[in-house]
Amino acid sequence: MTKEVLFRIEAPYRDELRVHGYRFGKGDKAACIVGAMRGNEVQQLYICSQIIHTLKELERRGCISSGKEILVVPSVNHFSMNIGKRFWPSDNTDINRMFPGYNEGETTQRIAAGVFENIKDYSYGIQFASFYMQGDFIPHVRMMDTGYQNPSLANLFGLPYVLIRKPKPYDTTTLNYNWQIWETSAFSVYTNATDRIDEKSADQAVASVMRFLCRMGLIKYYGHSGYIASVLEEDELMSVRANAAGIFRRLKGPNDTIRMGEVMAEIIDPYEGDVTMQIVAPTDGIVFFAHNEPLVLENTVVFKVIRRLHK
Amino acid sequence: MVETVVSSALPVDELLSIKKNRLEPEHQSGREKRICIVTGTHGDELEGQYVCYEVNRRIQAHMENLRGIVDIYPALNPLGVDSITRGIPKFDLDMNRIFPGNKEGSMAEYIASEIVNDIDGADLCIDIHSSNIFLKEIPQVRISEETAKKLVPMAKYLNVDFIWVHSAATVLESTLAHTMNMRNVPTLVVEMGVGMRITRQYCEQLVDGIFALMREEEIWDGEVQQPREPVVSTDGEVSFINAEASGVFIPTVEHWKNVKKGDPIGDIVQPLTGKILHHIDSPVDGEVFTLREYPVVYEGSLIARILGGIKR
Repeated sequence: MTKEVLFRIEAPYRDELRVHGYRFGKGDKAACIVGAMRGNEVQQLYICSQIIHTLKELERRGCISSGKEILVVPSVNHFSMNIGKRFWPSDNTDINRMFPGYNEGETTQRIAAGVFENIKDYSYGIQFASFYMQGDFIPHVRMMDTGYQNPSLANLFGLPYVLIRKPKPYDTTTLNYNWQIWETSAFSVYTNATDRIDEKSADQAVASVMRFLCRMGLIKYYGHSGYIASVLEEDELMSVRANAAGIFRRLKGPNDTIRMGEVMAEIIDPYEGDVTMQIVAPTDGIVFFAHNEPLVLENTVVFKVIRRLHK
Repeated sequence: MVETVVSSALPVDELLSIKKNRLEPEHQSGREKRICIVTGTHGDELEGQYVCYEVNRRIQAHMENLRGIVDIYPALNPLGVDSITRGIPKFDLDMNRIFPGNKEGSMAEYIASEIVNDIDGADLCIDIHSSNIFLKEIPQVRISEETAKKLVPMAKYLNVDFIWVHSAATVLESTLAHTMNMRNVPTLVVEMGVGMRITRQYCEQLVDGIFALMREEEIWDGEVQQPREPVVSTDGEVSFINAEASGVFIPTVEHWKNVKKGDPIGDIVQPLTGKILHHIDSPVDGEVFTLREYPVVYEGSLIARILGGIKR
C-alpha cells in the first residue's frame, strides 16, 4: 500500500486541504473507491476506512491480484466535515455537482478536476454517496442511465437491489455520471446511514465491495455470495407523500413488507398530540426509502415503495 | 390583488406561501398581455426586492396607464430570503436547478411545479437575480445561444449595460428561465449588483427598462425613458480572472471601468506575513463587468470578468 496526496489546495486561514489516496497493488487501473464527498458523510468515510483496513490485511497476505491496482480515496471534503457543514465551507457549493471539474475555474471546480484527474481511467468506479432527500434506504447499488451502464455488473456486489436512475440535468455534474461518460463502469453504493455510523450496514457495504472486487478478479477473498439483485427503475418506485405537516411517527422502515391500506406512518399535531393524518400504503410491496426525521413538511415524499414485490 | 400561488404547511404552526401581486386594468378586453416579474429564487439576492417595490409603486401611482396584466412575485424562496439562506433551508439542491419541478417529488420540487404552472401562458417573464455575496455585477441580461434570436431584441429595452449571450449547458436546463422559454414564455434573466445588498441606482435603471419593455409590449401606456444601448457579447469576448493563491483580495480597479492589458486589477495578500501572494494584472483591454466583492478568496475564486475590446 502507498499513501499519497492526490490533490492539495491552500486555505487562507486553515491548514491546507489534502485529498489522500491509498493505492493497493500495481498495474492496470482496475478499481477506484471514493468515500465522503460531503461534510456529513461520516458513514461513507467509515466504510472506506474499513475497506482500507481490509485491503491492507489482504495485501499483507498476498491476496491482491498482480498487475491490478485499486485506489481508495476515503474523503474529499473533510474541510466541511471538520466544521460540521455538508458543503464547501466558504461558498456552500457541492463538490459532487462540479464534475468533471475545471482546473482553471472556481475552487470546488478545481478540487473536482484535481480529484477526477486521479480517479478517472479506472475500469470500475465505486462511490459511497448520499441522497438529496433526508431518509433511509434499503442498501442498494445505484447507476445512472447514461447508455453506458451495466446492471449485470452491479449485480456482482450481491446487494439486494440495483436501482437505475434516469439522469436529470442536475445529475450531469455528479461523479457517477462523469465516470460513466469517461468509460468507467460507475456504481454508487447506498447504505442506510449518512451522518451517523451504522455498523451493520457498513459491514454489508464493505462485504459487497470485497465481493465485487473478488468477482472482477482483483483480490482473493472468500466471502458469502450475497444476493441476486432485483433490478429496479427509479421511475417504477411508488412515491407516498405526506399531505399534512407535523411530527412524523414512522411505523414502517426500509425493507418492511406492506399491505395495501396498512398504516405506514402517522402525522401528529405538534401542539395537541392528536394524530392528524395516517399515511396509508397505496399498494402491496416493500419499503425502499423512508423519511427519517422527526418533523415532516406537507407535500413531502416520505416513502418510496417497490410495488407488488414480495421478499 | 395579492394572491397565493402555492402554499405548503411547515411542521409547527406555520404555512409557507409563495405570493404574487397582480396589477390589472379596471376595464379589460380579455386580450391583455401578461408579464411576470419574478425574483427571490436565491435567498441572498435582494436587488429584485427594490425592483418589485418600485414597479408596484410606479404602476399604482398611474393605474390609468396600465393596459396589460403585471404579476409581481418578490420571493419564490421566501424561507431563504427570510433566513438569509441562498438555497431553500433543509433542501440540498439549488432552487434554480429543480425546474420544472415535480408534483411527486420533494416539497421544493412540488412548489417549483406550481410556480411554473402559474407563470405558464404569460407573454413575457423577467427573472431578476443579483449574483451572490461574492461578486458584484453590472446590470446585464444573460441569454443562452439557442434563445438569443428571439430574446436579444426584447432585452435591449431593459436599459441594461450588457447582454451576455452564453453557450448552453445541460445543467442549466433545470433553471426557471430555460423551463419557461421551452414553454414559449419568453424569459429574460437579469443579473445585477451583489448579494445581500440593494444597489438603488441599478434597480432604478432596470425599473426604467421594465417600463420601456412593457410599453413596447403594450402593457404600459405611460411615459418611459429611452433605454440605453447595451453591449451585446458572446462567451468568446469574456475573459475570466481567478485567484491563483488563497488570501485576501484587495482591488485596485473600479467596477465597470476601462482597463488596458497589463493594468493592475488587485492583489491577493496575506495578513499574517504582510506579503503579496498574487498580483493580478488585466489579461486584455476591456471593461471589468464582474468584480470580487467578498475579500477572502481561495485559489480558484473568481476575481473578475472582463469584456474584451470595449471602450466607452
